[in-house]
Amino acid sequence: MTLDELGALRRGRSLRNAAFLGLCALVATLSVVILFVLLGSIVYQGWHTLSWSFLTGTPSRKAEKAGVGPPLWGSIWVCVTAAVITLPLGIGAATFLEEFKPRRLGPRLLHGFVELNIRNLAGVPSIVYGMIALTAFAQMFGFFGSGSPIALGTEDDWYHVRLPFGRSVLTGALTLTLVVLPIVIIASMEALRAVPGSLREGALATGATRWQVVRRISLPAAMPGIMTGAILAMSRAIGEAAPILAVAGVLYMRFRPRSLMDDFTVLPLQIFNWAGRPQEEFHAIAAGGILVLLCVLFALNGVAILLRQMFQRPLQ
Amino acid sequence: MDGVTRLMAQATEANDRPGRARSVRARTLREAVIYVALAGCALFSVAVTFAIIFVLFKESIGFFSARPDPEHPGVEQRITVWEFLTGTEWTPLLGADHQYGVLPLMSGTLLVAGVAALIAIPFGLVTGIFLSEYARPRVRATLKPTLEILAGIPTVVYGFFALTVVTPSLRAMGMWFTGSAPGAWLGRATGWYEEPIPVFEVYNAAGAGIAVGIMCLPIVCSLSEDAIRATPRALREGAYAVGGTKFDVSVKVVVPSALSGIMAAFLLAIARAVGETMAVSLAAGGLANLTANPAEPVQTMTAWIVQIFLGDASNFGPEYRSAYAVAATLFLMTLALTIIGNRILKRYREVYQ
Repeated sequence: MTLDELGALRRGRSLRNAAFLGLCALVATLSVVILFVLLGSIVYQGWHTLSWSFLTGTPSRKAEKAGVGPPLWGSIWVCVTAAVITLPLGIGAATFLEEFKPRRLGPRLLHGFVELNIRNLAGVPSIVYGMIALTAFAQMFGFFGSGSPIALGTEDDWYHVRLPFGRSVLTGALTLTLVVLPIVIIASMEALRAVPGSLREGALATGATRWQVVRRISLPAAMPGIMTGAILAMSRAIGEAAPILAVAGVLYMRFRPRSLMDDFTVLPLQIFNWAGRPQEEFHAIAAGGILVLLCVLFALNGVAILLRQMFQRPLQ
Repeated sequence: MDGVTRLMAQATEANDRPGRARSVRARTLREAVIYVALAGCALFSVAVTFAIIFVLFKESIGFFSARPDPEHPGVEQRITVWEFLTGTEWTPLLGADHQYGVLPLMSGTLLVAGVAALIAIPFGLVTGIFLSEYARPRVRATLKPTLEILAGIPTVVYGFFALTVVTPSLRAMGMWFTGSAPGAWLGRATGWYEEPIPVFEVYNAAGAGIAVGIMCLPIVCSLSEDAIRATPRALREGAYAVGGTKFDVSVKVVVPSALSGIMAAFLLAIARAVGETMAVSLAAGGLANLTANPAEPVQTMTAWIVQIFLGDASNFGPEYRSAYAVAATLFLMTLALTIIGNRILKRYREVYQ
């Protein structure tokens, strides 16, 4: 092979290298462009509908009078309740799987099965969770018959609870718990795994029990990671429409919920309802609703980033 | 760490206190109670799995069992699993002759997921390679949050985007192409159209698929980036040492060595696209249509479930129960994809750790 041929080969290869870099940069920029087009089109279609009366008003037959008040409150109620249920359950499960690893073969296999099961649950379509929740929580497998439900308090009391739960806020929250629980567990497990083992061993060496190690050492050290995962899971929950559609249906709500047993609808479902109509003016208020939803989401994500930065400190 | 020091102090204190024997017993008991409570949290997820299987299959058995024919008293009708899985017509709510063949719904689902994969897989993979091999920290610092935002946008927003931006753009492109000289020639040659037409219908599989593809892009990107990053440095350095360019190293050495991780990323993203609900029920249309043409409206399996729960059918009729049979099929499809994907990921992690 002559020097000239070698040079040509090399030029060809460096050309290919440059071309690939160009392609990569182009494709990577594309995702930024898509995001701008997506947000831009929604702002363009929806910003003129935004007003105080839109935020507080009730959904209406007339697009110009409609507002997102009850669905927005429904979203807040359902998501806060879901967070209260999901966080202890998810962090508990993650702690069990990461910090209480058994040594014997039998329990270890069981452990592996539970972990695999959680990873696979994360891939189940959310609407399937909605269908399960309808049977398990709203109807409670028909266990209580079709007569009058067992109830605590009356419908006007804030502590009103009845069995079965029916199409209530609590059912919605439990549904979202099913959807985001795998996400919370996986994120918490990863946060716990990132805590250096030397910290645990140091604590065990001073005579601490396993639970003391978890409560005083592992959980505080993993907290920023856990909270970040939890907030990301909550932002997934607040945007979910499909499972709520299965348990609650599309309702026309004039009032915001006052207790865990009240009927409700959520913002994404209201957006779905408006976006599915053929009239242009409903598309505009759907875009307005999306803007409200995105504001809530970005606020949540902002809190997640702040938490990550505030609590991030070196562990060694 | 201050936590450790505090524990040491407490341990000394506990040793000095009288009645230590009782406190040890109390402590053992407390540990056991906490262990059981935490195990309960973990087993909850197993209970959820069993609940899914129980509910879906119980209702599906109800769907497949015999019931009296409303039009001919005394005669029983039933839908067999074989008819359900191989039937090519899905018309539970149309006409007098209700057909329950799931293939149109399945083909609609696969068509949308296919379009989504065509968008998400190449673009996600290239972005992943760019992020792990090429991007400087500053570029990374803008690209990563962009992808995170794209991943966090609710699916109903993607449906709205498909309906109001993607499909109108596709239709405008169709008008433009069929109006241009080569397009007009093609139309005359095939006898398909004479005037410029938008090609894509108002509800179509392509628009929904593109939106779902954008939604899945961050998943492909972050999972394949993780896989690419996990390849050992020695491989890269060896390739550079024999004179490889960056292109040679990343495309011919790093990507093949990360291939199983990348495949897992593809599978998990496709599972997500198959289970996607709100975007497809907004933008893909509501017509169960056995077609491979992405310009036509299709109905996916998830969109059928949505239609039932929106209240188009009476509770407990076969139409209603068909939603559970469809959901069971969907569950088995996505479960197979995620199990294979997670298995590949796990084996892959073991190889490189």
